[in-house]
Amino acid sequence: MPGPVQSIERAAAILRVLAQGSGRLGLSEIANSLGLARGTAHGILRTLQMVGFVEQDEATGKYQLGAALLHLGTSYLDVNELRSRAINWADALASRSGEAVRIGTCLQGKVLVVHHVFRPDDSLQTLDVGVLLPMHATALGKVLLAYDANAAAAMQNGELEQFSRRTIRTPKELARALAGVREVGWAAEIEEITIGQASVAGPIRGYGGLVVGAIGISGAVERICDAQGRPRPDFVTYVRDAARAVSRDLGASRW
Amino acid sequence: MTERYVMSIDQGTTSTRCILFDHGGRLVSVTQREHRQHFPRPGWVEHDATEIWRNLERIAPEALAQAGVGPEQVAAVGIANQRETTVLWDRRTGVPVTPSIVWQDTRTDALVDELSRRPDAHIVEERCGLPLATYFSAPSIRWLLDHTPGLRERAERGEVLFGTMESWLIWNLTGGPDGGVHVTDVTNASRTLLMDIRALAWDDTLLDFFGVPRAMLPEIRPSAETYGVARRVVPGVRIAAALGDQQAALFGQTCFARGEAKCTYGTGSFLLLNTGTEPVRSTHGLLTTVGYQIGDQPAAYALEGSIAITGALVQWFRDRLGLIGTAPEIETLARTVDDNGGCYIVPAFSGLFAPHWRSEARGIIVGLTSYITKGHLARAVLEATGWQTREVVDAMNADSGLDLTTLKVDGGMTANNLLMQFIADVLDVPVVRPMVAETVSLGAAYAAGLAVGYWPDLEGLRRNWHRAAQWLPAMEPGRREEEYDNWQRAVQRTFDWIKPPKE
Repeated sequence: MPGPVQSIERAAAILRVLAQGSGRLGLSEIANSLGLARGTAHGILRTLQMVGFVEQDEATGKYQLGAALLHLGTSYLDVNELRSRAINWADALASRSGEAVRIGTCLQGKVLVVHHVFRPDDSLQTLDVGVLLPMHATALGKVLLAYDANAAAAMQNGELEQFSRRTIRTPKELARALAGVREVGWAAEIEEITIGQASVAGPIRGYGGLVVGAIGISGAVERICDAQGRPRPDFVTYVRDAARAVSRDLGASRW
Repeated sequence: MTERYVMSIDQGTTSTRCILFDHGGRLVSVTQREHRQHFPRPGWVEHDATEIWRNLERIAPEALAQAGVGPEQVAAVGIANQRETTVLWDRRTGVPVTPSIVWQDTRTDALVDELSRRPDAHIVEERCGLPLATYFSAPSIRWLLDHTPGLRERAERGEVLFGTMESWLIWNLTGGPDGGVHVTDVTNASRTLLMDIRALAWDDTLLDFFGVPRAMLPEIRPSAETYGVARRVVPGVRIAAALGDQQAALFGQTCFARGEAKCTYGTGSFLLLNTGTEPVRSTHGLLTTVGYQIGDQPAAYALEGSIAITGALVQWFRDRLGLIGTAPEIETLARTVDDNGGCYIVPAFSGLFAPHWRSEARGIIVGLTSYITKGHLARAVLEATGWQTREVVDAMNADSGLDLTTLKVDGGMTANNLLMQFIADVLDVPVVRPMVAETVSLGAAYAAGLAVGYWPDLEGLRRNWHRAAQWLPAMEPGRREEEYDNWQRAVQRTFDWIKPPKE
């Protein structure tokens, strides 16, 4: 039996990206969301257009789901399924880093915490599964925004709530931060929501590279960051390894 | 070459998993393969032991490859296994002579009935600490010897060997027909109905009672001790531990002191309480079993509350009713409603295990009204696991005279937050999940690592245990009472469903 066809996996991921919001997306937004080259994304979009799954607005050149898809249901990865598949790797991440681990997904412009592993020091901690966190002021949120063009576009209009002196202030600043996240493949947040706290997160990808969630650690800034105030490289590696391991379990082959 | 990892093999009821752990008890790589479940007749459940061995041959090298290491970097292999499942194989060819009878199989119903009517039947529980039930291995061995022509003679001549899954795998790993070591460990042997639970040796009276020839039995060894060196799959690596899966979880949760307990949520669920170096007799429907034995130290005993159907109910909901696509979706569906809507499901699919031990009971759904949606049913499915836990905890408290103050949990269902919260609510104690939910595998790794000196002592292992999550009770006491009463009335209604055969 032949293996999975990569271009079909990618086509499916593009459809999911387009299905995630009401807005229309341009070629580069789609390519950025999935970490694809523009040429590759364009080729797949043209094919999808031919089969009627995607339509292109003549005036703006933006893409949207096609009429042929109206009869197909859309299904997202169930968050409880995501937790179940990620639990072993989240535990290992907490154990290696010595910090608390959270997994988040996008919910109405916020980060929904779908899984939480305590910092492994047996101190008193409370489960915060179900809690909503701001997107622009958390590492989890930045990862989710970086790979979700619709959610990122929505943030361009609203007010960015200020939690500390270091919180991202303007949509422009946010866009720049997100481009940085896409470039390196992980996100950090240093005292942007709580003084003395920092966090690092990476993307969890499903089939075709579609980002279905983010996994990250958070803790005291002096533990998470090195003397230069940057996230410790070993912690970044732990987070990215965990994100990749979960992605592999979910069927993302490239990461 | 430094030995950096310990390999754990968890040969479970539905799949076989291979996990590499590092020195901190952290998971490094995982591979898994399911095997087929054969249901040739109602009540029969069989596995193909050859298929299971082939799966191991495949996943163990995959686990090494995933971590990017070779067998020379593995300090030892530990095995945890589905308990009681009976394998009989030919010593010369290495081929199983019958399908393996799985612990869930109830074909020996009539045989068990007949045996329990014998005047000397009381010796079974006295010697081995377990009630005479289809669940354990001895009736299955007897049934196979009775129903396979020529098998008893071959077994008496020592040509056919018996083992539970760990024996079968160790024998194959150490060479199979070419010098394979035929051993079992005290925890697995304690589930056969053939071992004297105090002497930790095969008991001639019990062998006579069940008509099982001694020549086919493996040698009983401690749970943590080097049994031999692998000649296949992971050549050169010492095989240094074997425990029944539930005992392995007790070990993995580091319940090393008397009074420490854990509950593992899988296909079924099993609450084990370490009772120290003396076996404790239950008067409330619990089993007396061996917890573990390290080298030549005295064995630690345990009381066990066995629940046959918990995760299996979710699987049934998924596979037979098709109301969800994957097991974790049960939580999503259950959260579409606020409560059970007055509906209760008692999953007595093959009778009820602890604390009732009613083999004639069958499952029911009660409280159905036109108000009930699939969301309510999903709630009732999860709540069934919570209430069954409450029943065995009550029995455990009554038998041990101690009150459980927290419940340590593990297993796949601990990913279900709604369920874990419900368990805390109905037990009225905090529920705690450790950093490694795979405690069955971890326990086997710990025991093996301990046997070869990869880990120095129990205290070192204890320091690896950390709390990963905790759920605190939040249910109002009046509601808890009311709901428990409803559950107990539902359980009553499952009794006496299967009628005794007409004489």
